[in-house]
Amino acid sequence: MSSQTPALRLEGIVKTFPGVRALDNVSFDVMPGEVHALMGENGAGKSTLMKVLGGIYQPDEGRIVVNEQPVVMTSPLQAKSKGIMFIHQELSLAEELSVAENIYLGELPKKSFGRVDWQKLYSETNEILGRLKVGFDAKTKVGDLSIANQQMVEIARALTVEAKAVIFDEPTASLTDAEKVVLFDVIGDLKTHGVGIIYISHRMEEIFRITDRISVLRDGQYRGTLETPETDEEEVTQLMIGRKLDLSRNVSHHELGDVALEVRGLECGKLFHNVSFSVCRGEVVGFYGLVGAGRTEIAETLFGLRDPTAGQILLDGQETTIHSPADAIEKGISLVPEDRKGQGLVLGMNCRDNMTLPQVNDLKAGPFVAEGAEIAIFDQYRDRLDIRTPGWKQLVGNLSGGNQQKIVIGKWLSMHPNILIVDEPTRGIDVGSKSEIHNLIRELASQGYAVIVISSEMPEVLHVSDRIIAMFNGEIIRTFTSDEVTEDNLIQAISGIIPEKVA
Amino acid sequence: MEPGTLSTFLKRGAIWGFIVVELLFFSIAGEYLSLSNKAFMDLDNMLLLFKQSAPIGIIAIGMTIIMVNGNIDLSVGATFALSAIVLLNSMTWPVFAGLGDGVIPIAWALALVTGILLGALNGLIVWKTGVDAFIVTLGSMLGYRGLVFMYNGEQPTSHLNWTLVDFAEAQFMGLHTATWFLLVVTAVIWFVMNRTVHGRNAYAIGDNRTAAINAGIRVGPHMMINFMIIGFLASLSAVVFYSESGSVNPNDGELYELWVITAVVLGGTKLTGGAGSVLSTLGGVLAIQLLRKGLGHIGADTETVNLVIGLILIAVLFLDRQLNLKGREALRI
Repeated sequence: MSSQTPALRLEGIVKTFPGVRALDNVSFDVMPGEVHALMGENGAGKSTLMKVLGGIYQPDEGRIVVNEQPVVMTSPLQAKSKGIMFIHQELSLAEELSVAENIYLGELPKKSFGRVDWQKLYSETNEILGRLKVGFDAKTKVGDLSIANQQMVEIARALTVEAKAVIFDEPTASLTDAEKVVLFDVIGDLKTHGVGIIYISHRMEEIFRITDRISVLRDGQYRGTLETPETDEEEVTQLMIGRKLDLSRNVSHHELGDVALEVRGLECGKLFHNVSFSVCRGEVVGFYGLVGAGRTEIAETLFGLRDPTAGQILLDGQETTIHSPADAIEKGISLVPEDRKGQGLVLGMNCRDNMTLPQVNDLKAGPFVAEGAEIAIFDQYRDRLDIRTPGWKQLVGNLSGGNQQKIVIGKWLSMHPNILIVDEPTRGIDVGSKSEIHNLIRELASQGYAVIVISSEMPEVLHVSDRIIAMFNGEIIRTFTSDEVTEDNLIQAISGIIPEKVA
Repeated sequence: MEPGTLSTFLKRGAIWGFIVVELLFFSIAGEYLSLSNKAFMDLDNMLLLFKQSAPIGIIAIGMTIIMVNGNIDLSVGATFALSAIVLLNSMTWPVFAGLGDGVIPIAWALALVTGILLGALNGLIVWKTGVDAFIVTLGSMLGYRGLVFMYNGEQPTSHLNWTLVDFAEAQFMGLHTATWFLLVVTAVIWFVMNRTVHGRNAYAIGDNRTAAINAGIRVGPHMMINFMIIGFLASLSAVVFYSESGSVNPNDGELYELWVITAVVLGGTKLTGGAGSVLSTLGGVLAIQLLRKGLGHIGADTETVNLVIGLILIAVLFLDRQLNLKGREALRI
């Protein structure tokens, strides 16, 4: 293989965003006819690397080499013209159009007067669909297909041109086992045609089944490449999570109070099913899993944003139905949402107004808003949470991420909740403020709040949680106490590997 | 029956079903309420209905492309008026004095070119500035109307050419000239939307713009072409209408944009783009015209007609929303 030239090579790619070094001198290559896995935790830089490759981001340093020719990628279209195809995890399909039109989007075969050559389009599409062995034909409307079949349409796009390299980003996330087999056949087929394949996935068993080499990224840095036949899951896991990270478990335990929230067999369509757990006062329960495992959806259901299709929610032992966010707040549930800037704050409003937003209807002096009462609430929580701002008039958009998050938390504390759900509390927050938020979460629990923390960062869940619930594909795989959890068994649990003998 | 089949059927065929209901209702109600003793479904009455649908209808067909694209064009009424002025006024220009009736094709061409240019200007601004089409065409609606008033102040612009009037009032195979224009425009645009690459790309852009860009469709130029098409159709509508009437007031064409959009939406085109059908738009146009004529037939006045059309539009959109709900697991917002 050493005599061959790589189909695609990335050399010393550096990409920084304000405050973050997203990619730090990453080099990576894929040979023709090779399946090269790219692995790493959420946020390790895999998707940034792929965006650099697709021309969506320009690298600060380093270069991209296709067939030993350095190229500058400016757009996905240019990448395509160089023979580099992306199969995205999130679907980019036009749902109202037919399968054929989606597969050949932008390149519909033409006849005279700009007419579409439907015959050619359908026959070529059906030929590709035949190779994929799918159960629909070229004329089917994409919106009528299941998510898995839509994913197959996305995959079919890779077969329309003579690709040099194809990048699969979590292609099996929504496929059934039978469809996976077909996908692996397609990948094998591409391999024999000398196409280089980059395969991004979290699923170990797939990686070991189909790949030739595995490269690992961690915190934006290249951690090494392993030959698949000569390695095992443990070595890969080790590379992915590293040793340097502070993986200290939470040691302080408080007196646990009564069960504040219990959920029995909760289900919401295909999003999650058979979810049962309970949270006591004074306890922090961490939800850990991959993106799309259904964690946020559970939070949204508890906060009244989604209707559960089955199951019960019990608050303080009483079965209830939560109809709306207003209802949830009334019942003492607060949600610090995942997207702080989009869902948690009104960035153009000042600190005080953001903090009193949910209760401004009650803060009235006659027909007017009671400014004094609002300022009093703001002052109280500014002191309690140590929010650093020049004053309440400051626009929230101008604060740092950590202080913004404290405003959101303060907003909900001022509503006197019993249960606080925190979704990705430290996303986009710098390291110093992270530990501050973590301490705050511990402290809130010690004051008797029942806290649920949803996080994709392992150090974070390990650090703050009394118990950790590992989720995979909308299901709870296992619940760990902070004593029995290890990085390895946690990673395995969220990859859907159920231990045969539970220790 | 598979889930969704019923709703798809309702969406596709709803407008024609609605037209049948209207016809039945007005025929029966007309028997008891009408002051005239002619039946509502009289042949002449129906032919007239087609003819009266033409001015709005021709523009609405063009608006369908724009809205499938995910845009909107509010300036069509002003473009309509300005093209009409160019049509009528150019026939009196001294340059063309010696041509006799030969001036007619020249005046037509000038009017149509006016429409294409105004549309191109809209499209160019949308393309190059990236400003939302709603805002751009809101501005050009005011601007183009300003040009109309600058041309002749508050005075109407008039010129009657009898050859033209004869042509416009002619009936070929029973149908009026205006009706023929409406039918031909519908056929051509239907062909464009369903059989050409340009039309299919219009759907793709409206449906998922990011996907379209990623697939290499040049969205800006594509939109500009569509704005030129609707500009052309707005002036074609003016040409057809004012060939017959011969006099244009500076206020003519006001609120046309709203009637046009009403017809397109009634025909089932999504406001967000990506879905819509030219034939259903034709249905929407006919449904509105039927409603106006029918309510007039049974003695309702204009105000009542507008009220009823408004209520029906809201009811239709509500129904559409109910049919499109994504099931129980959806996020409540």
